[in-house]
Amino acid sequence: MSIVILQSVDEQGWLDRALEIAEAHGRLVTLWGRNTESDAYEVYAVYFDPSRGLSGVLFTLSGERNTYPDLSELFPAADRMQRTIWDLLGIAAFGSSDSRRWLDHGSWGRNYYPLRKSNSGLEVSQVIETDDYSFVEVSGDGVHEIAVGPVHAGIIEPGHFRFSVVGEKILRLEERLGYTHKGVDKAFEKYHGIDGVQLAGRISGDSTLAYAWSYCMAVEAAWKCEISYRALSLRALMLERERIANHLGDLGAIGNDAGFAFGLTQFMLLKEQWLRLNKELFGHRFMMDAVVVGGVAYDIDTIGISKLRAQCEKIREEVSTLRGIYDDHAGLQDRFLTTGHVSTEVATRLGMTGLAGRASGISEDGRVNFPSYPYSNLQVNISGTESGDVAARVSVRFDEILESLRLITEILVKLPEGPNYSSCKVPEQSTFGAGWVEGWRGGIFAGIHLDKTGMVDRAHMHDPSWQNWPALEYAVIGDIVPDFPLINKSFNLSYSGHDR
Amino acid sequence: MMWETWRQIRRTGIISEKPAVAQESSPLGDTQYNDIQDKILKVLGRALTIRLVDAGSCNGCELELNALGNAYYNLEGLGIKFVASPRHADMLMLTGPISRNMLAAMLITHDAMPDPKLVVAVGDCAVNGGIFGESYATIGAASNVIKVDFNIRGCPPEPLVILQGILSAVRYRFEPRP
Repeated sequence: MSIVILQSVDEQGWLDRALEIAEAHGRLVTLWGRNTESDAYEVYAVYFDPSRGLSGVLFTLSGERNTYPDLSELFPAADRMQRTIWDLLGIAAFGSSDSRRWLDHGSWGRNYYPLRKSNSGLEVSQVIETDDYSFVEVSGDGVHEIAVGPVHAGIIEPGHFRFSVVGEKILRLEERLGYTHKGVDKAFEKYHGIDGVQLAGRISGDSTLAYAWSYCMAVEAAWKCEISYRALSLRALMLERERIANHLGDLGAIGNDAGFAFGLTQFMLLKEQWLRLNKELFGHRFMMDAVVVGGVAYDIDTIGISKLRAQCEKIREEVSTLRGIYDDHAGLQDRFLTTGHVSTEVATRLGMTGLAGRASGISEDGRVNFPSYPYSNLQVNISGTESGDVAARVSVRFDEILESLRLITEILVKLPEGPNYSSCKVPEQSTFGAGWVEGWRGGIFAGIHLDKTGMVDRAHMHDPSWQNWPALEYAVIGDIVPDFPLINKSFNLSYSGHDR
Repeated sequence: MMWETWRQIRRTGIISEKPAVAQESSPLGDTQYNDIQDKILKVLGRALTIRLVDAGSCNGCELELNALGNAYYNLEGLGIKFVASPRHADMLMLTGPISRNMLAAMLITHDAMPDPKLVVAVGDCAVNGGIFGESYATIGAASNVIKVDFNIRGCPPEPLVILQGILSAVRYRFEPRP
């Protein structure tokens, strides 16, 4: 059964549901639009409500206006999502105050909407519009702008940051993203449901496991496939390994951005050992293509299990030592504490989620709130704090590494017997399924529409960075410009997962 | 506190893999690996500096490029360094299926580099478009818009493969061919 039941609503119902969720202190998870075979336009909204979990609504646009009601007043995160629906599909949110394009930078041609069924997605525009994005200007005595990106110093993804500053102090940051947009949503239409997982696993390379699992969960729900407990356990094992790999890398990089190169050296070393065992046991350093529709591509034997256990022991010891060093380092803590602060109030208002949300008092974790197998059997302890600064995001990472090490050990102890793969039968009808996997950044949502031949009709994959990028704009207010790299790294949000 | 830090450094020791890689079977033959540094010095007469531009990558290639800097591969120990300014760079590395939204920034970066500039496509996407190919949003292979001197394949290519690619690219460009 799909984890989201979609309810069809009219225009009033669209607004009523949003209001209902807002009053229950829920949040908007994601929005997407779709052009159906009968050339109708539909918009979908999925919400998370702390007491009931995920729920979804579907609104079919009608009439001459061809719009749907704006949600950004209730949920600020809706703003960029609605602008994206316009860029990709050409349908607008009625009543929205921000009509700037978001992913469309003017290089796809005027009035070109790739997700319309009349477009193949291969049309190439010869006309490149001049790109004059209107950033919000801050005026006042001594205020000036610093423009950073899209090409950044160092080996990181591209994006543009526009700072308005006085002296060293940041008054305002405005992000502009979309540079890595590669037409993933349209590209999915060429895939059979079974093969689409390869593309899903390459939306955000650091979260390949979470994306692939979320995609498979959606397709398997749509097709009502039975997945063995062993396969699910192995997926969770790999997901926790992905979480640890990224947390190790981030802890090193955050230390480095505060001038503590020792931290980078030590953590990158641990990460390298971790990735090498991935390669040995799961065929790929980041475990790309290890999750397939129907199960997993690799099984492990007793030798593998003992290697995994031994590594957990070693890493636990090393991480504990390094945590002691980080905690006792006065210079490091001076940079971490109070820097890049997001209060619980702001975090709630913005609908923050995932790791950065948990560091700001948002107690949400898909493995804890509404766990599916094997997490329902593992009693995951949620990590979190309310302090909301760089130090908080560091401490949540340390806690989560230790918890994930425990989970891996427990998964290995409880690993059920059975096949690691079972084939799926494609039903001869159009289907929809949803997936929701707690990746290391937060929940990765998949909403997959499949046609009666099993081809992907529309695949929407949502990265938690959509919620947390706007929060970064708040986190830096009042901090100094040289602290930005540190704050940004402590969030470590995805560009590619966001831009798709 | 400092004591713990020193103790950890000492406990870790030197783990850079030059000898280990030379002994084990690896994508790099031992002679190749051992003389990367010599080669670079010989053909360039100095260290090699690289400017990376992510032109729509999924971030997988960036993870592996970052891994090159860890103590196992010890990239900087070989005299190879990633730099912030294109004006300081000998080599332009490109990743991703060249998104149209990054095209202008990529070309400006390339223009800002001094001659002779080496261009290396890293990863299947930059080499041939990879899984994303050519579309309304992507140009596909970097060679569709820029002269590429060398390709490093893989999704993503592992650190040793990238290291080997860097050496081959330098040789390809600067060594006289028979």
